Amino acid sequence: MAKTLFDKVWDAHTVAEVEGGMSVVYIDQHLIHEVTSPQAFDGLRARSIPVFRPERTLATADHNVPTKDQHLPIKEELSRFQVQKLKDNCDEFGVTLYGLGHPKQGIVHVIGPELGITKPGMTIVCGDSHTSTHGAFGSIAFGIGTSQVEQVLATQCLILQKPKQMRITIEGELSPGVLSKDIVLFIISKLTAAGGTGFFIEYAGSAIRSLSMEARMTICNMSIEMGARGGLIAPDQTTFDYVEGREQAPQGDDWTKSLEHWKTLYTDEGASFDEEHRWDASEIEPMVTYGTNPGMGMGVTESIPEGGGSASFEKALSYMGLSEGRTLENHPVQYVFIGSCTNSRIEDLRLVADFVKGKKIASNISAMVVPGSQQVSKQAQEEGLDKILSAAGFDFREAGCSACLGMNEDKIPAGAYCVSTSNRNFEGRQGPGARTILASPLMAAATAIEGKIVDVRKYM
Amino acid sequence: MDKLNQLTSSCVPLPIEDVDTDQIIPARFLKATTRLGFGENLFRDWRYEKDGSPKKDFVLNNPTYTGSILVAGKNFGCGSSREHAAWAIKDYGFRVVVSSFFADIFKGNAMNNGILPITVTQEFLNDIFLAIESDPHCQLSVSLQEQMLEITSTGKRTSFQIDPYKKMCLLNGYDDIDYLLSVQDKIEAFESTRA
Ligand code: SF4
Repeated sequence: MAKTLFDKVWDAHTVAEVEGGMSVVYIDQHLIHEVTSPQAFDGLRARSIPVFRPERTLATADHNVPTKDQHLPIKEELSRFQVQKLKDNCDEFGVTLYGLGHPKQGIVHVIGPELGITKPGMTIVCGDSHTSTHGAFGSIAFGIGTSQVEQVLATQCLILQKPKQMRITIEGELSPGVLSKDIVLFIISKLTAAGGTGFFIEYAGSAIRSLSMEARMTICNMSIEMGARGGLIAPDQTTFDYVEGREQAPQGDDWTKSLEHWKTLYTDEGASFDEEHRWDASEIEPMVTYGTNPGMGMGVTESIPEGGGSASFEKALSYMGLSEGRTLENHPVQYVFIGSCTNSRIEDLRLVADFVKGKKIASNISAMVVPGSQQVSKQAQEEGLDKILSAAGFDFREAGCSACLGMNEDKIPAGAYCVSTSNRNFEGRQGPGARTILASPLMAAATAIEGKIVDVRKYM
Repeated sequence: MDKLNQLTSSCVPLPIEDVDTDQIIPARFLKATTRLGFGENLFRDWRYEKDGSPKKDFVLNNPTYTGSILVAGKNFGCGSSREHAAWAIKDYGFRVVVSSFFADIFKGNAMNNGILPITVTQEFLNDIFLAIESDPHCQLSVSLQEQMLEITSTGKRTSFQIDPYKKMCLLNGYDDIDYLLSVQDKIEAFESTRA
């Protein structure tokens, strides 16, 4: 029978069926961080059981860490305690930790791929909803709760209901100035913040195929923002080239064998999906969000729709200080944040540096660039990107989640507008009262230079 | 895990759509390393002013509405996978959340903590909101065994879906680890076939 890519990976990891329709699914790689793991380790202690396969779990500290002076002890007491707790737990249970100060530390979804841990055909989970990022390699990757973190630590398995499947096909060529971030913001604006709930999404089509791995990760990353547990893209030569030679990539004969297997990972002709959508890449323009969920997005030249009086819609606009019918072009902004697991990889930093080279950010703007990992940071410095960015007036910081969720001191003040390359514009996400406008790294860079939202295509 | 089967209670209405887990429990409260005490900060930024004084117009600050059932608008629990959202809801005293639509991860987290998420039609959800409007003390009656939800004042009833395995877990207070540990031999056998 014709199988989807998802079916192939799922079937290869099903250990047993549970009466009633759920399955026991084996997890190849477990990633953990300081925020959603302490209670899971407590659970193991309470049951007096070890971590079942410690070599399949990797830990890093990212959510809470400062992005300045990382060599000093964390100032904030609760954050310091949580990061220390992770270290203690990893020591006690024999889990490898790339903690603060380690050259491989970084946002969990950035380090997995860059170390070659993330590979095609795997099952990958983490107590973090953006685990969907790793689907870009043709893996089943999704976020889990802390009880499930405990299950994976204890048994390397989860009990799951097989999700429904959706395919989103984007054909054609993107216009200059339109990035993969715009593709995914466009899709979410069409399907809404709940439109993917219950589904795993396969992204397909020539526009997707033409993207780099970094750009594919940006799309899979935001699958959760339409409610989907995850998204995946069939691996191809772009994928294999990215993985080859990375630290934990297979070598020699193992590589040849793996490659043979990875080449079978695609959706068979005639396989069926529960839902299908198709758009042309030429329809997509640079996107901005205007509301308090990522589904409330529009093209930069479009106007905020009339909400039909829904209380939730009005609440969102009133929080954002915006009104129906207006566009966001020329809307003044005070902060620009370039970072997060959505857009903090080397390619994103290169794009921004290239755009701002020789320019200065506007006087009303505070702009921050936070690399996704120590390795991204190092590479950026080797390429001189940090100098270009600093010369333009950006604050080039150390790696972490930072203002994506404001758990450390990087917060946007109440009432201020921030154009952000992160993934969530929820109320208070970047700090209590902060107003987030999600956009691509190029749109964020152009906003920083002009001090207001502009259509980046005018520079192209 | 606590068992759950029958529950009859007045309810707390939250007719807002797309309530994300950042609202249920903001990130700055995720620094705790235990499961306890999150109820205090449930809906923190909707519930309290910056200075810590309660916001009068938020439903949890209105003594008229009490009970262990939360009734919320569609797409409840979207966004972050933080289980802290489920812990906060449980710690505050809710055992059942009713909505016309739940985000997946939240739904799973809720059930793993002995909270029953009940999905009803948009129409039935509106019926509940109307019933609460005409009588703020109106009660809902839940039977997990029967998979039945009733608005006691109007007698309107609806059945609801739940996976049989998850139902068994909630009824008996079992969790997934208990099950997974019981099939460890199968897991090891699976591993040996792929090595
Ligand atoms: S960067 Fe933001 S979205 Fe990504 S893992 Fe960190 S907090 Fe979560």
